[in-house]
Amino acid sequence: MRWPTLRRLWRALRALSGDDAYERYLAHWREHHASEGAPLDRRAFFRTEQERKWNGIKRCC
Amino acid sequence: MTVPVNYTLRPQTPLGMLMWFGIAVLGAGAVGGIALSRGETINSLWFIVAAVCVYAIGYRFYSAFIAARVLMIDPTRATPAERHNDGRDFVPTNKWIVFGHHFAAIAGPGPLIGPTLAAQFGYLPGTLWILIGAVLGGCVQDFVILFFSTRRDGRSLGQMARDELGPIGGVAALLGVMTIMIILIAVLGLVVVNAMKHSPWATSTVAATIPIAILVGLYMRNLRPGRVLEGTLLGVALLLFAVWGGGWVDHQPGLREWFDYAGPDLALLVIGYGFAAAVLPVWLLLAPRDYLSTFMKLGTIIALAVAIVILHPDIRMPALTRFIDGSGPIFGGKLFPFVFITIACGAISGFHSLIASGTTPKLLSSERDMRMIGYGGMMMESFVAMMAMIAATVLDPGVFFAINSPAGIVGADPATAVATISGWGFPVSAAQMQELARQMGEATLFARTGGAPSLAVGMSSIFSSAFGTGLLAVWYHFAIMFEALFILTTLDAGTRVARFMLQDMIGNLVPALGRTSWIPGVLLTSAVVVSAWGYFLYMGTIDPLGGINSLWPLFGISNQMLAAIALCVATTILMKSRRARYAPVTALPLAWLVTITSAAAWEKLFSPELRIGFLAHAHDLAAKLAGGAIAPEKIAQTRQIIFNDHLNAALTLLFLVITWVLVLDTLRVSWRAFTGHVRPPLSEVPHIPSRLVENWVRD
Repeated sequence: MRWPTLRRLWRALRALSGDDAYERYLAHWREHHASEGAPLDRRAFFRTEQERKWNGIKRCC
Repeated sequence: MTVPVNYTLRPQTPLGMLMWFGIAVLGAGAVGGIALSRGETINSLWFIVAAVCVYAIGYRFYSAFIAARVLMIDPTRATPAERHNDGRDFVPTNKWIVFGHHFAAIAGPGPLIGPTLAAQFGYLPGTLWILIGAVLGGCVQDFVILFFSTRRDGRSLGQMARDELGPIGGVAALLGVMTIMIILIAVLGLVVVNAMKHSPWATSTVAATIPIAILVGLYMRNLRPGRVLEGTLLGVALLLFAVWGGGWVDHQPGLREWFDYAGPDLALLVIGYGFAAAVLPVWLLLAPRDYLSTFMKLGTIIALAVAIVILHPDIRMPALTRFIDGSGPIFGGKLFPFVFITIACGAISGFHSLIASGTTPKLLSSERDMRMIGYGGMMMESFVAMMAMIAATVLDPGVFFAINSPAGIVGADPATAVATISGWGFPVSAAQMQELARQMGEATLFARTGGAPSLAVGMSSIFSSAFGTGLLAVWYHFAIMFEALFILTTLDAGTRVARFMLQDMIGNLVPALGRTSWIPGVLLTSAVVVSAWGYFLYMGTIDPLGGINSLWPLFGISNQMLAAIALCVATTILMKSRRARYAPVTALPLAWLVTITSAAAWEKLFSPELRIGFLAHAHDLAAKLAGGAIAPEKIAQTRQIIFNDHLNAALTLLFLVITWVLVLDTLRVSWRAFTGHVRPPLSEVPHIPSRLVENWVRD
């Protein structure tokens, strides 16, 4: 298998599992909120995100 | 009327024409082969070929028709994710990633258990319903609800019911979601309890998943924040170790007794666990458990598919059994309507409409992706149900019935049980069952109702043949752990959601109870929810007929009722958007669902058969009680069962009433729309052109 394919697979796996959530948050923050002080650090981001994400129906039968 | 997307509704080239003709012939041949085969055995490859061809044709032609003509998908329209992109809830996401999330959310234990139970009718009825129900019903429901919710900023099913039908529809939908949640958790809890009953190996392995999840939770929160993949990998390794460790525990006299419980005790433990999980912070138990179960689920399902394709074992169950007359040992009731109630997830599942109108619509980057995610996601789930059907029917029918029949039907001791089952024409011997139990590392496999143990036996025989023999017991307990893991996830998450809904409802009356941060309020509402499902669960474990017999049909009826609610909303919207011509696409599955739900509810209420009709069963017990035919020590329990029968009957009646209220409301609003009065008005958001279309290169 070629390396770019593997890299794309790895990226997909990280995106699927939410492993890259912090990177995505940083990218979004830089684009839209760069003038509003500092972004959350990794730990604080993970804490707020997890609490918020579970306020709804997540799983089916 | 214009067709905004270039969906090619029929093959354009002679080669394409030829190819689809070939697929159609192959599919028809496979389905015909399955339906008409009356030999000793039939190879499971036929099932795979039939399923793949039916799904391919359904996806290629029917979903294209729905996308182009019925819904008029419009990729130039900006999706909620694009318009509200907040980097949190609303995020335009690659379609394969959304597909992964959506599939992981809709595929739970339902499609594995339903087909296993329905295999008592033989392989044919369940298989046909899984294929036809999915392509014409379930996939359509998921697809159209995803579409309508996306066009309404990702609003939930309940909100859409209120917006499009009015307040009555809204209340009925909310009540429906609440009750289905309670019944679902109770019946899934019962499945886990029956799998762990007097099995130190299974119980210790399942118990170990709790500290493992907590460990992973701590890892992802404190040691390496947000490193989901690392944490999950660590957790999966520990889980595999726990499967092996459970076998070790089982062989340690003095230790194994700590994990050896009867059904009712296990039920109390599960109830205590459910309460703890609902009030503990999510990061500690709920979220890490969900990561683990999602990985295990996807991994195991893929492994099972690969193993079945490599191995393609022979199906030993006959096409139809004598139990289509309603006398089946696993659950009572005739083929019609009970096969359609028993297999809900896998053919059509109302629960999916909650996901399709929840997180998924907020992630779509283009309307074009909906066809694959909505229609295609359900196709995958249906395929999981097909694999469960194969795993159940590769077992010797005698063994299948010995595992799944409750002691109250076939007799409590092995000799009586095998005699009864062999008498039905499914030969099985006590020695054979003893040997099988020994291979699986269990004390006994008789009367392990609920579907999980028989599925685990089927899976372990497939896995051990495909990936190395000699590890039957480990594979068996791996399968049990895998099922228990995501059943417990559903149990935690469901309890929590039901608690939120309850807090939401009573928060209007007592504001303090609605606050999710006020600890006494959280404890109280959690206790209410847990005792509601806990009651049904505990009653299920002491029910002499096996609680599955009464709880699974209740679950099926409530799930199909929810699907009917979703299709009512969809049909109403089609009528109100002046597309009455295409309304049959959702109205016909709706009519079928209303027919089977009503028929099943009616039978559960008024059938004179003791194992079907709740009221008949209650009257029978009451007469016995009055006549003094009940032993004195059983009197209290009998009173309890009579009360429980009445409760089940009341719930069934509630489902029936909710369904019909919704249907009549749909007819009312649709008729007004048909005569030109669109009221309440359509709640679709106006068209805003997408800016992703020009500058976004799709990968």
